[in-house]
Amino acid sequence: MSKIAVIDYDAGNTMSVMNALKFLGYDVELSKDPAVLYKADHVVFPGVGAYADAMGKLNEYGLIGPIKEITGKKTPFLGVCLGMQLLFEHSSENIGETDKDRIEGLGLLPGSILGFKENASFDHTLKVPHMGWNSLELTNKDSKLFKGIDNGSFVYFVHSFYLNAADRNDIAAVTEYGITFDSAVEHENIFGCQFHPEKSGDIGMEILKNFCSI
Amino acid sequence: MFTKRIIPCLDVKDGRVVKGTNFINLRDAGDPVEVGANYSKNGADELVFLDITASSDKRNTVVDMVRKVAENVFIPFTVGGGIRTVDDFKTILRAGADKVAVNSAAIDNPQVISDAASKFGSQCVVCAIDAKRRADGNGWTIYKHGGRIDMGIDAVEWARRAYELGAGEILLTSMDCDGTKEGYDCELTRAVSDVVEIPVIASGGAGAYEHFLDAFEIGHADAVLAASLFHYKEMEISDLKDYLNKHNIPVRL
Repeated sequence: MSKIAVIDYDAGNTMSVMNALKFLGYDVELSKDPAVLYKADHVVFPGVGAYADAMGKLNEYGLIGPIKEITGKKTPFLGVCLGMQLLFEHSSENIGETDKDRIEGLGLLPGSILGFKENASFDHTLKVPHMGWNSLELTNKDSKLFKGIDNGSFVYFVHSFYLNAADRNDIAAVTEYGITFDSAVEHENIFGCQFHPEKSGDIGMEILKNFCSI
Repeated sequence: MFTKRIIPCLDVKDGRVVKGTNFINLRDAGDPVEVGANYSKNGADELVFLDITASSDKRNTVVDMVRKVAENVFIPFTVGGGIRTVDDFKTILRAGADKVAVNSAAIDNPQVISDAASKFGSQCVVCAIDAKRRADGNGWTIYKHGGRIDMGIDAVEWARRAYELGAGEILLTSMDCDGTKEGYDCELTRAVSDVVEIPVIASGGAGAYEHFLDAFEIGHADAVLAASLFHYKEMEISDLKDYLNKHNIPVRL
Protein backbone atom coordinates (compact mmCIF):
# COMPACT_ATOMS: atom_id res chain seq x y z
CA MET A 1 0.00 0.00 0.00
CA SER A 2 1.44 3.27 -1.06
CA LYS A 3 1.97 6.09 1.38
CA ILE A 4 0.03 9.26 0.62
CA ALA A 5 1.00 12.64 2.04
CA VAL A 6 -1.40 15.60 2.09
CA ILE A 7 0.30 18.98 2.27
CA ASP A 8 -0.72 20.87 5.41
CA TYR A 9 -0.87 24.62 4.89
CA ASP A 10 -4.24 25.41 6.53
CA ALA A 11 -6.26 24.94 3.33
CA GLY A 12 -10.02 24.70 3.88
CA ASN A 13 -10.69 21.34 2.24
CA THR A 14 -7.75 19.48 3.77
CA MET A 15 -9.89 17.40 6.08
CA SER A 16 -12.33 16.40 3.35
CA VAL A 17 -9.43 15.19 1.21
CA MET A 18 -7.99 13.28 4.19
CA ASN A 19 -11.41 11.75 4.93
CA ALA A 20 -11.84 10.55 1.35
CA LEU A 21 -8.36 9.00 1.17
CA LYS A 22 -8.79 7.32 4.56
CA PHE A 23 -12.21 5.99 3.53
CA LEU A 24 -10.53 4.40 0.50
CA GLY A 25 -8.16 2.65 2.90
CA TYR A 26 -4.92 4.49 2.11
CA ASP A 27 -2.13 5.13 4.57
CA VAL A 28 -2.39 8.90 4.58
CA GLU A 29 -0.53 11.53 6.55
CA LEU A 30 -1.14 15.26 6.82
CA SER A 31 2.16 17.11 7.07
CA LYS A 32 4.07 20.30 6.45
CA ASP A 33 7.35 18.55 7.17
CA PRO A 34 9.37 18.32 3.91
CA ALA A 35 10.96 15.06 5.11
CA VAL A 36 7.54 13.41 5.33
CA LEU A 37 6.49 14.83 1.97
CA TYR A 38 9.72 13.62 0.29
CA LYS A 39 9.18 10.07 1.53
CA ALA A 40 5.57 9.80 0.34
CA ASP A 41 4.74 7.74 -2.76
CA HIS A 42 1.99 10.20 -3.71
CA VAL A 43 1.41 13.79 -2.66
CA VAL A 44 -1.95 15.59 -2.62
CA PHE A 45 -2.08 19.38 -2.56
CA PRO A 46 -5.51 20.62 -1.47
CA GLY A 47 -6.72 24.21 -1.53
CA VAL A 48 -9.73 26.46 -1.08
CA GLY A 49 -9.76 30.21 -0.75
CA ALA A 50 -7.67 33.11 -1.96
CA TYR A 51 -4.64 32.65 -4.24
CA ALA A 52 -2.44 35.27 -2.60
CA ASP A 53 -3.18 34.02 0.92
CA ALA A 54 -2.35 30.47 -0.10
CA MET A 55 0.98 31.50 -1.69
CA GLY A 56 1.68 33.47 1.49
CA LYS A 57 1.08 30.37 3.64
CA LEU A 58 3.26 28.17 1.42
CA ASN A 59 6.00 30.76 1.73
CA GLU A 60 5.57 31.11 5.48
CA TYR A 61 5.79 27.33 5.99
CA GLY A 62 8.77 27.02 3.66
CA LEU A 63 6.89 24.67 1.33
CA ILE A 64 7.57 26.25 -2.06
CA GLY A 65 11.05 24.73 -2.42
CA PRO A 66 9.96 21.26 -1.25
CA ILE A 67 6.96 21.23 -3.62
CA LYS A 68 9.24 22.06 -6.55
CA GLU A 69 11.67 19.35 -5.47
CA ILE A 70 8.94 16.71 -5.03
CA THR A 71 7.38 17.40 -8.41
CA GLY A 72 10.88 17.45 -9.92
CA LYS A 73 11.67 13.96 -8.64
CA LYS A 74 8.63 12.55 -10.44
CA THR A 75 6.49 11.72 -7.42
CA PRO A 76 2.82 11.69 -8.53
CA PHE A 77 1.44 15.01 -7.34
CA LEU A 78 -2.23 16.05 -7.36
CA GLY A 79 -3.42 19.63 -6.93
CA VAL A 80 -7.10 20.01 -6.05
CA CYS A 81 -9.10 23.19 -6.76
CA LEU A 82 -6.93 26.09 -5.57
CA GLY A 83 -4.14 23.50 -5.22
CA MET A 84 -4.34 22.98 -8.98
CA GLN A 85 -4.46 26.70 -9.71
CA LEU A 86 -1.32 27.28 -7.64
CA LEU A 87 0.64 24.92 -9.91
CA PHE A 88 0.46 27.53 -12.67
CA GLU A 89 2.36 30.72 -13.32
CA HIS A 90 0.04 33.43 -12.13
CA SER A 91 -3.48 34.46 -11.19
CA SER A 92 -5.44 37.61 -11.88
CA GLU A 93 -7.36 36.98 -8.64
CA ASN A 94 -6.93 40.57 -7.56
CA ILE A 95 -8.53 43.88 -8.31
CA GLY A 96 -7.63 45.14 -11.76
CA GLU A 97 -6.50 43.42 -14.87
CA THR A 98 -3.02 44.78 -15.37
CA ASP A 99 0.12 42.69 -15.18
CA LYS A 100 1.22 44.28 -11.94
CA ASP A 101 -1.94 42.94 -10.23
CA ARG A 102 -1.03 39.40 -11.12
CA ILE A 103 -0.15 37.09 -8.28
CA GLU A 104 2.75 34.75 -8.90
CA GLY A 105 2.02 31.03 -8.53
CA LEU A 106 4.39 28.07 -8.29
CA GLY A 107 4.98 28.11 -12.04
CA LEU A 108 5.33 24.34 -12.37
CA LEU A 109 3.14 24.39 -15.47
CA PRO A 110 2.58 27.21 -17.98
CA GLY A 111 -0.74 29.03 -17.83
CA SER A 112 -2.76 31.53 -15.88
CA ILE A 113 -5.80 31.74 -13.62
CA LEU A 114 -8.54 34.10 -14.73
CA GLY A 115 -11.90 35.28 -13.37
CA PHE A 116 -15.22 34.27 -14.95
CA LYS A 117 -16.64 37.71 -14.27
CA GLU A 118 -13.70 39.49 -15.88
CA ASN A 119 -14.04 37.51 -19.11
CA ALA A 120 -16.06 39.52 -21.67
CA SER A 121 -17.19 36.37 -23.50
CA PHE A 122 -18.49 34.76 -20.29
CA ASP A 123 -22.28 34.36 -20.13
CA HIS A 124 -22.92 36.96 -17.44
CA THR A 125 -26.43 35.66 -16.72
CA LEU A 126 -24.76 32.71 -14.98
CA LYS A 127 -24.01 32.91 -11.28
CA VAL A 128 -20.49 33.14 -9.90
CA PRO A 129 -19.08 31.17 -8.12
CA HIS A 130 -19.61 28.23 -10.42
CA MET A 131 -21.03 25.99 -7.69
CA GLY A 132 -22.55 22.60 -8.25
CA TRP A 133 -22.27 19.51 -10.46
CA ASN A 134 -20.98 19.88 -13.98
CA SER A 135 -19.70 17.44 -16.57
CA LEU A 136 -16.19 16.69 -17.77
CA GLU A 137 -15.26 16.51 -21.40
CA LEU A 138 -12.24 14.25 -21.34
CA THR A 139 -9.64 15.46 -23.82
CA ASN A 140 -6.77 13.01 -23.26
CA LYS A 141 -7.60 9.41 -24.08
CA ASP A 142 -4.39 8.23 -22.43
CA SER A 143 -5.19 10.02 -19.16
CA LYS A 144 -4.14 8.13 -16.04
CA LEU A 145 -6.34 10.26 -13.78
CA PHE A 146 -9.49 9.46 -15.76
CA LYS A 147 -8.76 5.83 -16.55
CA GLY A 148 -12.10 4.01 -16.65
CA ILE A 149 -14.05 7.25 -16.15
CA ASP A 150 -16.78 7.92 -18.73
CA ASN A 151 -16.71 11.04 -20.84
CA GLY A 152 -19.44 13.37 -19.54
CA SER A 153 -19.13 12.23 -15.91
CA PHE A 154 -20.36 14.72 -13.34
CA VAL A 155 -18.14 16.19 -10.64
CA TYR A 156 -18.59 18.91 -8.03
CA PHE A 157 -17.17 22.41 -8.53
CA VAL A 158 -16.92 25.52 -6.33
CA HIS A 159 -14.82 28.31 -7.84
CA SER A 160 -14.89 31.85 -9.21
CA PHE A 161 -11.58 31.67 -11.08
CA TYR A 162 -10.59 29.20 -13.75
CA LEU A 163 -7.50 27.81 -15.44
CA ASN A 164 -6.34 28.75 -18.89
CA ALA A 165 -3.44 26.36 -19.54
CA ALA A 166 -0.84 27.59 -22.03
CA ASP A 167 0.13 24.13 -23.28
CA ARG A 168 -2.95 22.38 -24.64
CA ASN A 169 -1.16 19.05 -24.25
CA ASP A 170 -1.36 19.44 -20.47
CA ILE A 171 -5.17 19.45 -20.48
CA ALA A 172 -6.98 16.27 -19.42
CA ALA A 173 -10.52 17.66 -19.25
CA VAL A 174 -12.51 20.76 -20.07
CA THR A 175 -15.87 21.91 -18.71
CA GLU A 176 -18.42 24.40 -19.95
CA TYR A 177 -19.80 27.14 -17.74
CA GLY A 178 -20.52 30.27 -19.74
CA ILE A 179 -17.18 29.61 -21.44
CA THR A 180 -15.13 26.45 -21.87
CA PHE A 181 -12.41 26.22 -19.23
CA ASP A 182 -9.70 23.71 -18.37
CA SER A 183 -11.04 21.53 -15.55
CA ALA A 184 -8.21 18.98 -15.21
CA VAL A 185 -4.55 18.78 -16.15
CA GLU A 186 -2.03 16.02 -16.48
CA HIS A 187 1.65 16.59 -17.25
CA GLU A 188 3.96 13.64 -16.58
CA ASN A 189 3.76 13.25 -12.78
CA ILE A 190 1.84 16.46 -12.17
CA PHE A 191 -1.97 16.22 -12.00
CA GLY A 192 -4.60 18.77 -11.15
CA CYS A 193 -8.35 19.06 -10.98
CA GLN A 194 -10.42 22.19 -10.57
CA PHE A 195 -13.32 20.16 -9.18
CA HIS A 196 -13.41 18.47 -5.80
CA PRO A 197 -12.97 14.69 -6.21
CA GLU A 198 -13.39 14.40 -2.43
CA LYS A 199 -16.94 15.75 -2.83
CA SER A 200 -17.84 14.14 -6.16
CA GLY A 201 -19.37 10.91 -4.89
CA ASP A 202 -18.39 7.60 -6.48
CA ILE A 203 -16.82 9.21 -9.57
CA GLY A 204 -14.60 11.36 -7.37
CA MET A 205 -13.51 8.36 -5.36
CA GLU A 206 -12.60 6.51 -8.58
CA ILE A 207 -10.49 9.48 -9.68
CA LEU A 208 -8.68 9.55 -6.31
CA LYS A 209 -8.09 5.80 -6.56
CA ASN A 210 -6.71 6.26 -10.06
CA PHE A 211 -4.28 8.89 -8.79
CA CYS A 212 -3.16 6.76 -5.85
CA SER A 213 -2.56 3.81 -8.20
CA ILE A 214 -0.18 5.72 -10.49
CA MET B 1 -23.54 20.56 -18.61
CA PHE B 2 -24.21 22.50 -15.44
CA THR B 3 -27.02 20.87 -13.50
CA LYS B 4 -29.83 21.80 -11.15
CA ARG B 5 -29.48 20.26 -7.71
CA ILE B 6 -31.87 17.99 -5.77
CA ILE B 7 -31.32 18.25 -2.03
CA PRO B 8 -32.95 16.11 0.65
CA CYS B 9 -33.22 17.75 4.07
CA LEU B 10 -32.74 15.65 7.21
CA ASP B 11 -34.04 16.85 10.57
CA VAL B 12 -31.64 15.83 13.29
CA LYS B 13 -32.29 15.80 17.03
CA ASP B 14 -29.63 14.86 19.58
CA GLY B 15 -27.51 13.54 16.71
CA ARG B 16 -30.24 11.30 15.31
CA VAL B 17 -32.39 11.60 12.19
CA VAL B 18 -35.94 12.05 13.46
CA LYS B 19 -38.06 11.68 10.33
CA GLY B 20 -38.25 8.92 7.81
CA THR B 21 -37.77 6.08 10.24
CA ASN B 22 -39.42 3.68 7.79
CA PHE B 23 -36.32 3.26 5.67
CA ILE B 24 -36.68 -0.48 5.38
CA ASN B 25 -33.34 -1.07 3.70
CA LEU B 26 -31.26 0.54 6.44
CA ARG B 27 -29.88 -1.11 9.51
CA ASP B 28 -30.38 2.06 11.50
CA ALA B 29 -32.79 4.59 10.00
CA GLY B 30 -31.92 7.14 12.67
CA ASP B 31 -28.22 7.15 11.82
CA PRO B 32 -27.33 10.33 9.88
CA VAL B 33 -24.42 8.53 8.21
CA GLU B 34 -26.53 5.66 6.92
CA VAL B 35 -29.35 7.91 5.78
CA GLY B 36 -26.92 10.36 4.16
CA ALA B 37 -25.00 7.60 2.38
CA ASN B 38 -28.26 6.10 1.15
CA TYR B 39 -29.39 9.43 -0.29
CA SER B 40 -26.00 9.88 -1.93
CA LYS B 41 -26.35 6.44 -3.54
CA ASN B 42 -29.82 7.35 -4.82
CA GLY B 43 -28.65 10.49 -6.60
CA ALA B 44 -28.90 13.31 -4.05
CA ASP B 45 -26.63 16.15 -5.16
CA GLU B 46 -26.15 17.56 -1.69
CA LEU B 47 -27.55 17.07 1.79
CA VAL B 48 -28.92 19.53 4.33
CA PHE B 49 -28.91 18.57 8.00
CA LEU B 50 -31.19 20.71 10.11
CA ASP B 51 -30.42 20.40 13.80
CA ILE B 52 -33.56 20.72 15.89
CA THR B 53 -31.93 19.74 19.17
CA ALA B 54 -33.76 21.72 21.83
CA SER B 55 -31.56 21.47 24.91
CA SER B 56 -28.33 23.43 24.76
CA ASP B 57 -26.39 20.79 26.73
CA LYS B 58 -26.87 18.39 23.85
CA ARG B 59 -25.78 20.83 21.16
CA ASN B 60 -22.37 19.18 20.82
CA THR B 61 -24.11 16.09 19.44
CA VAL B 62 -24.35 17.90 16.12
CA VAL B 63 -20.57 18.31 15.95
CA ASP B 64 -20.04 14.57 16.39
CA MET B 65 -22.66 13.93 13.76
CA VAL B 66 -21.01 16.31 11.29
CA ARG B 67 -17.66 14.60 11.84
CA LYS B 68 -19.08 11.14 11.22
CA VAL B 69 -20.97 12.23 8.10
CA ALA B 70 -17.83 13.91 6.72
CA GLU B 71 -15.83 10.73 7.23
CA ASN B 72 -18.30 8.57 5.35
CA VAL B 73 -20.35 10.56 2.84
CA PHE B 74 -18.60 12.21 -0.08
CA ILE B 75 -21.03 14.74 -1.47
CA PRO B 76 -21.35 18.31 -0.18
CA PHE B 77 -23.49 18.93 2.89
CA THR B 78 -24.89 21.91 4.73
CA VAL B 79 -25.63 22.09 8.44
CA GLY B 80 -28.13 24.51 9.94
CA GLY B 81 -30.14 25.04 13.09
CA GLY B 82 -29.06 27.00 16.14
CA ILE B 83 -26.07 28.66 14.47
CA ARG B 84 -25.46 31.99 16.23
CA THR B 85 -21.87 33.13 15.87
CA VAL B 86 -18.81 33.03 13.66
CA ASP B 87 -17.38 30.56 16.19
CA ASP B 88 -20.35 28.27 15.53
CA PHE B 89 -19.50 28.43 11.82
CA LYS B 90 -15.91 27.53 12.60
CA THR B 91 -16.87 24.57 14.79
CA ILE B 92 -19.23 23.10 12.20
CA LEU B 93 -16.88 23.71 9.25
CA ARG B 94 -13.92 22.24 11.14
CA ALA B 95 -15.98 19.15 11.88
CA GLY B 96 -16.29 18.71 8.10
CA ALA B 97 -19.45 20.43 6.86
CA ASP B 98 -19.12 22.20 3.51
CA LYS B 99 -21.62 24.95 4.26
CA VAL B 100 -23.40 26.38 7.28
CA ALA B 101 -26.92 27.79 7.20
CA VAL B 102 -27.84 30.70 9.44
CA ASN B 103 -31.37 32.03 9.92
CA SER B 104 -32.56 33.84 13.09
CA ALA B 105 -29.06 34.93 14.13
CA ALA B 106 -28.57 36.67 10.80
CA ILE B 107 -31.81 38.58 11.29
CA ASP B 108 -30.70 39.68 14.78
CA ASN B 109 -27.18 40.43 13.63
CA PRO B 110 -26.73 40.60 9.84
CA GLN B 111 -23.02 41.11 10.30
CA VAL B 112 -22.60 37.44 11.14
CA ILE B 113 -23.09 36.84 7.39
CA SER B 114 -20.33 39.23 6.34
CA ASP B 115 -18.00 38.13 9.14
CA ALA B 116 -18.42 34.44 8.28
CA ALA B 117 -18.09 35.16 4.55
CA SER B 118 -14.86 37.10 4.93
CA LYS B 119 -13.41 34.50 7.27
CA PHE B 120 -14.45 31.27 5.54
CA GLY B 121 -15.55 32.38 2.05
CA SER B 122 -19.03 33.15 0.72
CA GLN B 123 -19.37 29.65 -0.72
CA CYS B 124 -19.94 28.18 2.74
CA VAL B 125 -22.40 30.77 4.05
CA VAL B 126 -26.03 29.87 3.42
CA CYS B 127 -28.71 32.34 4.49
CA ALA B 128 -31.87 30.43 5.37
CA ILE B 129 -35.06 32.46 5.10
CA ASP B 130 -38.53 31.54 6.31
CA ALA B 131 -41.03 33.68 4.40
CA LYS B 132 -44.80 34.02 4.54
CA ARG B 133 -47.15 35.97 2.34
CA ARG B 134 -48.50 39.16 3.91
CA ALA B 135 -52.15 39.05 4.99
CA ASP B 136 -53.01 41.59 2.31
CA GLY B 137 -51.36 39.37 -0.29
CA ASN B 138 -48.73 41.98 -1.06
CA GLY B 139 -45.34 40.32 -0.98
CA TRP B 140 -43.80 38.29 1.84
CA THR B 141 -42.26 38.97 5.23
CA ILE B 142 -39.60 36.99 7.05
CA TYR B 143 -40.10 35.08 10.29
CA LYS B 144 -37.61 33.99 12.89
CA HIS B 145 -37.40 31.26 15.52
CA GLY B 146 -38.79 28.54 13.30
CA GLY B 147 -41.54 30.75 11.94
CA ARG B 148 -42.87 31.98 15.26
CA ILE B 149 -42.01 35.68 15.06
CA ASP B 150 -42.98 37.92 12.13
CA MET B 151 -40.18 40.42 11.67
CA GLY B 152 -42.22 42.59 9.31
CA ILE B 153 -39.20 42.73 7.00
CA ASP B 154 -39.76 42.20 3.28
CA ALA B 155 -38.42 38.79 2.26
CA VAL B 156 -37.11 39.86 -1.15
CA GLU B 157 -35.31 42.85 0.34
CA TRP B 158 -33.83 40.69 3.09
CA ALA B 159 -32.58 38.13 0.56
CA ARG B 160 -30.99 40.94 -1.44
CA ARG B 161 -29.35 42.27 1.70
CA ALA B 162 -28.03 38.82 2.66
CA TYR B 163 -26.53 38.51 -0.82
CA GLU B 164 -24.89 41.93 -0.53
CA LEU B 165 -23.50 41.01 2.89
CA GLY B 166 -21.74 38.04 1.33
CA ALA B 167 -24.05 35.04 1.65
CA GLY B 168 -23.18 32.44 -0.98
CA GLU B 169 -26.60 30.84 -1.24
CA ILE B 170 -30.21 31.43 -0.16
CA LEU B 171 -32.26 28.58 1.28
CA LEU B 172 -35.78 29.93 0.84
CA THR B 173 -38.67 28.26 2.64
CA SER B 174 -42.26 29.24 2.00
CA MET B 175 -44.15 28.87 5.27
CA ASP B 176 -47.43 29.01 3.37
CA CYS B 177 -46.51 26.02 1.24
CA ASP B 178 -44.42 24.00 3.69
CA GLY B 179 -46.14 20.72 4.49
CA THR B 180 -48.99 21.23 2.01
CA LYS B 181 -47.52 19.09 -0.78
CA GLU B 182 -49.26 21.43 -3.20
CA GLY B 183 -46.12 22.84 -4.75
CA TYR B 184 -43.40 25.40 -4.07
CA ASP B 185 -44.21 29.11 -3.89
CA CYS B 186 -42.82 29.79 -7.36
CA GLU B 187 -43.73 33.45 -7.22
CA LEU B 188 -41.68 33.97 -4.06
CA THR B 189 -38.83 31.84 -5.39
CA ARG B 190 -38.71 33.79 -8.63
CA ALA B 191 -38.94 37.18 -6.89
CA VAL B 192 -35.89 36.28 -4.79
CA SER B 193 -33.95 34.41 -7.47
CA ASP B 194 -34.23 37.34 -9.86
CA VAL B 195 -32.73 39.90 -7.44
CA VAL B 196 -29.72 37.93 -6.17
CA GLU B 197 -26.71 36.70 -8.10
CA ILE B 198 -26.26 33.66 -5.88
CA PRO B 199 -28.04 30.30 -6.05
CA VAL B 200 -31.51 30.01 -4.53
CA ILE B 201 -32.75 26.73 -3.09
CA ALA B 202 -36.55 26.46 -3.17
CA SER B 203 -38.04 24.78 -0.12
CA GLY B 204 -41.51 23.97 1.18
CA GLY B 205 -44.46 22.38 -0.58
CA ALA B 206 -43.03 19.66 -2.83
CA GLY B 207 -45.53 16.89 -3.40
CA ALA B 208 -45.30 15.85 -7.04
CA TYR B 209 -42.86 15.76 -9.96
CA GLU B 210 -44.42 18.84 -11.60
CA HIS B 211 -43.72 20.92 -8.50
CA PHE B 212 -39.99 20.49 -9.00
CA LEU B 213 -40.25 21.33 -12.67
CA ASP B 214 -42.23 24.48 -11.81
CA ALA B 215 -39.68 25.54 -9.20
CA PHE B 216 -36.99 25.49 -11.90
CA GLU B 217 -38.97 26.79 -14.86
CA ILE B 218 -41.28 29.30 -13.20
CA GLY B 219 -39.44 29.94 -9.93
CA HIS B 220 -35.96 30.17 -11.51
CA ALA B 221 -34.60 28.05 -8.65
CA ASP B 222 -31.06 26.71 -8.84
CA ALA B 223 -31.80 23.84 -6.48
CA VAL B 224 -34.79 22.28 -4.77
CA LEU B 225 -35.10 20.90 -1.29
CA ALA B 226 -37.58 18.40 0.08
CA ALA B 227 -37.81 16.42 3.30
CA SER B 228 -40.76 14.16 4.01
CA LEU B 229 -41.39 13.34 0.35
CA PHE B 230 -38.00 11.62 0.14
CA HIS B 231 -37.91 10.33 3.71
CA TYR B 232 -41.18 8.50 3.47
CA LYS B 233 -40.21 7.09 0.08
CA GLU B 234 -43.14 8.78 -1.62
CA MET B 235 -40.67 9.75 -4.29
CA GLU B 236 -37.24 8.41 -5.27
CA ILE B 237 -34.66 11.01 -6.20
CA SER B 238 -33.57 8.87 -9.15
CA ASP B 239 -37.13 8.80 -10.53
CA LEU B 240 -37.48 12.54 -10.02
CA LYS B 241 -34.26 13.10 -11.95
CA ASP B 242 -35.47 10.92 -14.83
CA TYR B 243 -38.63 13.00 -14.96
CA LEU B 244 -36.75 16.31 -14.93
CA ASN B 245 -34.32 15.05 -17.56
CA LYS B 246 -37.23 14.16 -19.85
CA HIS B 247 -38.50 17.71 -19.37
CA ASN B 248 -35.17 19.24 -20.38
CA ILE B 249 -34.01 20.26 -16.92
CA PRO B 250 -30.28 19.49 -16.71
CA VAL B 251 -29.68 17.06 -13.86
CA ARG B 252 -26.82 14.78 -12.85
CA LEU B 253 -27.86 11.26 -13.79
